[in-house]
Amino acid sequence: MNPNFGSKRLVVGAHYGARDWLAQRVTAVLMALFTIVVLAQVLMPGALGYDRWAGIFSQQWMKFLTFVTILSLLYHAWVGMRDIWMDYVQHVGVRLVMHVFTLVWLVGCAGWAIQVLWRL
Amino acid sequence: MRLIDALQYRLPLAGVVSILHRASGMLMFLLMPFIIWMFDTSLSTEISYDQFTNAFVAGIGFLPGWFIKLVCLGLIWAYLHHFIAGVRHLWMDMTHSVSKEQGRSSAVVTLGSSLLLTAALGAKLFGLY
Repeated sequence: MNPNFGSKRLVVGAHYGARDWLAQRVTAVLMALFTIVVLAQVLMPGALGYDRWAGIFSQQWMKFLTFVTILSLLYHAWVGMRDIWMDYVQHVGVRLVMHVFTLVWLVGCAGWAIQVLWRL
Repeated sequence: MRLIDALQYRLPLAGVVSILHRASGMLMFLLMPFIIWMFDTSLSTEISYDQFTNAFVAGIGFLPGWFIKLVCLGLIWAYLHHFIAGVRHLWMDMTHSVSKEQGRSSAVVTLGSSLLLTAALGAKLFGLY
């Protein structure tokens, strides 16, 4: 029998790290793409007022890309902030509170951003 | 080791880029509601758009306009540093560049270009040109 429990439990090798490492890079590339697409439209000639600015985000394909970017940001920031708490906060109780705070903060912000996007 | 001991280390430039990558990420995380507030007010209606532009002149509540601009300048730096340091990471992953020399030279490029772009955009933000 594999003694994989209690003090003998194997806590490495589940590849959580590799999955999050990859997810952080994929989401980063998506957000970088979004940045370039927004910049390209903002830097087009002509004055940038409300109509043109709102017009950029009201295109359906742009809403698609912005929605993907918001979800990417949610996951990306979760991985990054969790790494910070894991490295610097040694007290398990305090770390749990910080993890919960991070999740609530991020999910709430993502909901707000998506609401702004989809009522446009 | 106490925090005050950690501050005694003289970090190499690659280490400075690394800790600033974390700091800039955390700054953007904490200011996320403000970023979405700007997204919201600038996009929702023409009236809210005016509120958005006015915040940089008249301020928000008891916070003066120049302070709002200063916070935005901080966010601009954080975004640029995080972006360029992130591209540096992707580049290192793809090319397997792990030498000290490359770490140092790419750190110089990261710090230099992010600060230069921040200065350029900051001058625009504060109406210097």
